Amino acid sequence: MLLEYFQMIDAVEQLDPDEGKIVARAEVPMESTVFEGHFPGSPLVPGVLLIETMAQASGFMLLSRLKFEKMPFLANVSSAKMRTFVEPGEILQVEAELEHDGSGYAATRARIFRDGKKICDSKLMFRIMPFPNDTLKNNMLDRFSQISPTSTG
Amino acid sequence: MSTTFEAVAEIISDTSDIPLEEITPEKNAFTDLGIDSLDFLDIAFAIDKNFGIKIPLEKWTEELNENKADVDEYFILSKLCGRIDELIAAKDA
Repeated sequence: MLLEYFQMIDAVEQLDPDEGKIVARAEVPMESTVFEGHFPGSPLVPGVLLIETMAQASGFMLLSRLKFEKMPFLANVSSAKMRTFVEPGEILQVEAELEHDGSGYAATRARIFRDGKKICDSKLMFRIMPFPNDTLKNNMLDRFSQISPTSTG
Repeated sequence: MSTTFEAVAEIISDTSDIPLEEITPEKNAFTDLGIDSLDFLDIAFAIDKNFGIKIPLEKWTEELNENKADVDEYFILSKLCGRIDELIAAKDA
C-alpha cells in the first residue's frame, strides 16, 4: 500500500474475471504521513481507506471483465463495516465478488481478512463509463501489470 | 401478486424515500419525482434483481445524450413498466 497515492492493492493473487472474483493482497506500510494525523501516537488505517481498498479490489476485477475498455468508478457504498483497527505493518487479504453485472453499472461485495478472520465488509456499486482519457487507461493497465501475474494488457 | 407498476413504485419508494402515494404511472422518475442518476442506479439494481432482467440503462443513456430519444420515452413510469414487461417477456420467450 502507498496510502498517499491511493495505491491500496499490492498483488492480485487470484482472479477469475468470468466468475467475477478476485483475491488480492495489501500490505499496510510501517510508515506513512497518513499516520501522522490518523492518529498521533496511535496510527490506524482510516476506515475510508479500507473502503477504498475493497473498492480497488472490486475495480481491478471489473476492469478485467471489461478488458480495460471501460472504467468502473465507485458510485455508492451502501454498507461498510470496519470490525477492528488496522495498524501499520499488517498483511491484509482482500476479496471481492460480482453481485450484479448491470447495464452501465456493477454491484460487488467485498471483504478484508487478516489472519483468516474477516475484519471488514462492504456492498459497493460502480458506474461503468468510458475512460476520460488515455492517461488514466494506460495508468490502469500499467498498475494492473505490476500487481498481477496475468495481465490482460 | 403485484403488478409491475406496484413493484416498481415500492422499489422507488424504498430506495429514494418518496411516499408511495406520490408515485403514479404518469410521473417521470427524473423530472417529476426528482430522482437523480445515482438514485436511479439503485432503482435499476433493485428492478434487475426483482424481475431477473437487465435494464439497458447504458443504451438508454447514450440515446438520451445523443438526443435520439426523449427522457419521457424511458422514464415516465408507465412507459418504464411497459419496457420492463417487454424485457420479462423476452427473457421468458
